[in-house]
Amino acid sequence: MTMDLLQLIALVLDSTIRLSIPLICAAMAGLWSEKAGVVDIGLEGKMLIAAFASAVAAFVTGSAWVGLSAGILASLVLALVHGFAAITWRGNQIVSGVAINMLAAGLAVILGNAWYGQGGRTPSLEGAARFGDITLPFAGWMRENLQGLGLIYHEVVSGHAAPAYLAFFCVLVTALVLKRTRFGLRIRAVGENPAAVDTAGISVTRLRYGAVAISGVLCGIGGTYLAVAQSAGFLPHMTAGRGFIALAAVIFANWRPWPALGACLLFGLLEAIAIRLQGVTLPGIGLVPVEAIQALPFIITIVLLAGFIGKATPPRASGLPYVKER
Amino acid sequence: MSAAPIDLPRWADVALVPLVSVAAALLVAGLVVVGIGENPLEATALLLRGALGSAEGIGFTLYYATNFIFTGLAVAVAFHAGLFNIGGEGQATVAGICAAVACTALGSVPGFLAAPLAILAAAAGGALWAFIPGWLQAKRGSHVVITTIMLNFVAATLIVYLLREVIGKPGSMQPETPDFPTSAVLTPMHRLLAPLGINLPATPLNTSFLLALAALFAVWLLIWRTRLGYAIRTVGANPRAAAYAGISPAAVTMIAMTISGALAGGLAVNEALGVQHRLVLDFTAGYGFVGIAVALMGRGHPVGVGLAALLFGVLYQGGAELSFDKPTITRDMVVVIGGVLILFAGALDGLFRRLVASMLATGRTA
Amino acid sequence: MASQAPPPAIELVGISKRFGAVAANRDVSLVVARGSIHGIVGENGAGKSTLMSILYGFYEADSGEIRIAGVPRRIRASADAIAAGIGMVHQHFMLVETLSVAENVLLGAEGGPRLKGGLAQVRAGLARLSRDYGLAIDPDAIVGDLSVGLQQRVEILKALYRGAEILILDEPTAVLTPAEADQLFALLRALKAQGKTVILITHKLREIMDVTDRVSVMRRGEMVAHVATSETSPPALAEAMVGRRVLLRVEKPPREPGPPVLEAVGLSCRDARGTEVLLDVSLTLHAGEIVGVAGVAGNGQSELLEVLAGLIQPSRGVIRLDGRILTVADRHPARLRERGLMHIPEDRQRSGLVTAFSGAENAILGYQHDPVFGMGPFLSPARIEAHAREAFAAYDVRPPDPALKTAKFSGGNQQKIVLAREIEREPRVLLVGQPTRGVDIGAIEFIHRRLLALREAGVAILLVSVELEEVMALSDRILAMCGGRITGERAADAADERDLGLLMAGVTDEAA
Repeated sequence: MTMDLLQLIALVLDSTIRLSIPLICAAMAGLWSEKAGVVDIGLEGKMLIAAFASAVAAFVTGSAWVGLSAGILASLVLALVHGFAAITWRGNQIVSGVAINMLAAGLAVILGNAWYGQGGRTPSLEGAARFGDITLPFAGWMRENLQGLGLIYHEVVSGHAAPAYLAFFCVLVTALVLKRTRFGLRIRAVGENPAAVDTAGISVTRLRYGAVAISGVLCGIGGTYLAVAQSAGFLPHMTAGRGFIALAAVIFANWRPWPALGACLLFGLLEAIAIRLQGVTLPGIGLVPVEAIQALPFIITIVLLAGFIGKATPPRASGLPYVKER
Repeated sequence: MSAAPIDLPRWADVALVPLVSVAAALLVAGLVVVGIGENPLEATALLLRGALGSAEGIGFTLYYATNFIFTGLAVAVAFHAGLFNIGGEGQATVAGICAAVACTALGSVPGFLAAPLAILAAAAGGALWAFIPGWLQAKRGSHVVITTIMLNFVAATLIVYLLREVIGKPGSMQPETPDFPTSAVLTPMHRLLAPLGINLPATPLNTSFLLALAALFAVWLLIWRTRLGYAIRTVGANPRAAAYAGISPAAVTMIAMTISGALAGGLAVNEALGVQHRLVLDFTAGYGFVGIAVALMGRGHPVGVGLAALLFGVLYQGGAELSFDKPTITRDMVVVIGGVLILFAGALDGLFRRLVASMLATGRTA
Repeated sequence: MASQAPPPAIELVGISKRFGAVAANRDVSLVVARGSIHGIVGENGAGKSTLMSILYGFYEADSGEIRIAGVPRRIRASADAIAAGIGMVHQHFMLVETLSVAENVLLGAEGGPRLKGGLAQVRAGLARLSRDYGLAIDPDAIVGDLSVGLQQRVEILKALYRGAEILILDEPTAVLTPAEADQLFALLRALKAQGKTVILITHKLREIMDVTDRVSVMRRGEMVAHVATSETSPPALAEAMVGRRVLLRVEKPPREPGPPVLEAVGLSCRDARGTEVLLDVSLTLHAGEIVGVAGVAGNGQSELLEVLAGLIQPSRGVIRLDGRILTVADRHPARLRERGLMHIPEDRQRSGLVTAFSGAENAILGYQHDPVFGMGPFLSPARIEAHAREAFAAYDVRPPDPALKTAKFSGGNQQKIVLAREIEREPRVLLVGQPTRGVDIGAIEFIHRRLLALREAGVAILLVSVELEEVMALSDRILAMCGGRITGERAADAADERDLGLLMAGVTDEAA
């Protein structure tokens, strides 16, 4: 294999990782919420408000980490609004999610415009206000001494911002906690049959708030990555549907954490390829219709939901407010 | 927070609860205005003057309201069948594409037929894009909420591709089609009324406003006065009872989604055929999502939808005027108000019913 | 002496609970002795389940006191009840079907933030309980794959694993086969022998007589009797439940049945999971006769009604109406109605009515295409209301207000709306499911009289009811069903409860 091709693959995989990080965070967020029986189509809005809040806080304080905290906090507030409507007041969870998406989209631009007067954009971040890429140990050495593997390690595994590694860590934690712990068992149970959890002497409300709050935190990390690591500041509508692609990934993975990670990486790869092929003319095909590649995650999800290949089975109680039956 | 449903008198249910949630949403918006250092009362005055203070303002207000009537009705009709169609944006997009394709093909059609055919093409496009999730829900059990969201994105990428590669204006860098033939575009209201001696300032308000009013009446007739409407409401309220009554929930699901999509296509009629006279990217501009707020606030009833659409028309037009005077208060304020209203009138309905119930109770004892 | 006697396991004193305007429990008191099996009987809606839900912390009582082993306790959530040593087996199982048996038992009793240790303990605990009570089960089986009987076993194991001293069972046999029910009763006796206290809620008097030591009777939210089982009898209990001597012997003049109207031959059908729920069922309805179907709930009666009404399609078999075979297209509720086959469904709230609609709108459900109600595609509200006004008057629906939301009518009046709708069009075949479930006494008599009048008028009626007395009182012939099959047929005057009970339990004529 020529080094050029390997280099190309490494570059595409590197950008796959970068593009997947927000998807991974949002997918884990959606997974927690929906596993607990609370449908969350507000992933997009929570990431967006987190992107905005983190960019503002990072700019004001000059610290990316303060930005991350602010992003998580802002997303958490919206998550609790969702919880208040969906859990406490047993409102329609989809309606609440739509509301959160609109609220975030409007609020971020208004405040951004009022504070910085750049049409909603925040000032660009520099230095410590932005998460820099971390070079993992031995990256340089491996690159020098181990041909292909070293290149992959150097380009793909190493050289990402701190929230990126945090995102992968979150997948591991999500999988382990759901499978191996008391909290995880209860979350899995409450999304299937909340009455069983209630009669076992456990508070349905507390569990669901817990899951919704975790969803808020994870969206906060994803949104922060977008604004403070991937970009150098907030742009209006910068989430660009990633919350919904993450939702698609969760469905694609049948509500399981590791497959959801796989789906996010796949969708990230599709996006990376689409960017690579932008304006490229291939023999026999002509100008590559990148829109077709961009639409693929959505089309695949529809086909999957229709049960033409495989079958997506959501947690049985998802979307249903818990009401004690008389 | 008991599970017992809160019983309210009918007038409170249909009028007071929505009013209280609108008031609360505006209050939240006022707080945001205060938060960015402006005077909310002054802002409100500017907004109202901009929307209703002149014939021109009113024309713009009604033009925006036209969009919201269509997208609000689209959501409302699906609601009655127990379906949540969040795909208004995508359906309107495909409606626009179909209208544009029809317009290029209409060169040879007699003039008086061109506009009706273009409108029908738009309705058919919206209907098609809503029929797909309807069919998937009815026959394959795929949840309409998720499929309509996904199809919004598919439509968004489709229009980008088509405007660039297929139906775009040759040689233009802008993602837009060539201008539609004049026979296919809708008459502006100021020109329509001028021969009658009514002189209106030039505004984007066009005959699709009349179409929207007709749609309001038609939806009322459909839902409350026809056998099909009865079937739609039965399926929405109790699908098992519908099956018992010999009504096919699957068929009603598909029909209701189709009607819903055709109504969403009205957005393309107003924007593409009525105002811009060509198809541009992103012409849906979030009107489809605001339609959810309109339907929720209007309680799914055409009268309520009409009033809610008017309110949002005022907010849009007034908001545009306001942002001239106060550049810090952009039109995104309307998106915030829309979001808060969806939250209050939709997801927190229980809270507001409880509030109104206790208000009424204190009113009685006092 | 008084100081020697152990305090009762449970004392409920003056428990009251209202849901809105409905008093579900009124000043209810109950004493359950330690180490006994205590039955609570009452009709549907008498308040038994509400009382037990209060004891289990699902609802909190508006007033009253709960004492467990002599100690006053506030039970505000299920956790309090579990801590007080109470376990409950709900009528609808509180199980998570996607989880394993062990995980279900573990839920709420994990013993620490990590599952590993708890799971090992559950395995050991299940093995111990299996030895002690013969409750064998595979801890790794997924609950959704288990039979109903085994799922109930998981529920019982959950309670026992948590160390319950008091076990409440709410209508436990409604879903069990007779053999499974016998196993359950053997288990209850074994628990009693170990000193555990059992509360058995049921409306089946035979079970009460078989297994309990004492029995309490509830009626309309109140406790009306407490007796030792050995000192009472089914008729005495029935009287206490209903509030006066039950005179289900309705006036039924003899009548020669007319020609056959509806015939079914070899009907079978499968449910969504592919299990056969109806097996080779054949029956004939003649004009002017009532054929009753007796059976324990869930033995195929519902599916029989739904197949005949065109709501589900049979996998095999033929249905003839007036001698003509019904095609797939014919077997549609709307087509069947046009041909005079009407259906009063078993569950009026879930399928017979749209409770969000007005009374008038429900009075045309299924007949919304009738030209009487409007021109062409339109419906006329005035005509719909006039029609309802007439029907409500004729059937004594109270209040006679067509605009009232259907949810606001009482159960009996809701049933009258359904009855009026289906009967007034002069059916030739009437399928009736549970006509008097959740209906007050006055309305029951009204409904029975109407059904007999229809028989008189020559209508062929199929009556499905879990109330054996109702079936026996109204029918000319009785079919017994078990496990989706018809296990026997009796002429009404030759039938007795014991004999039918055997058929319902699956002891067929051939086997006997």
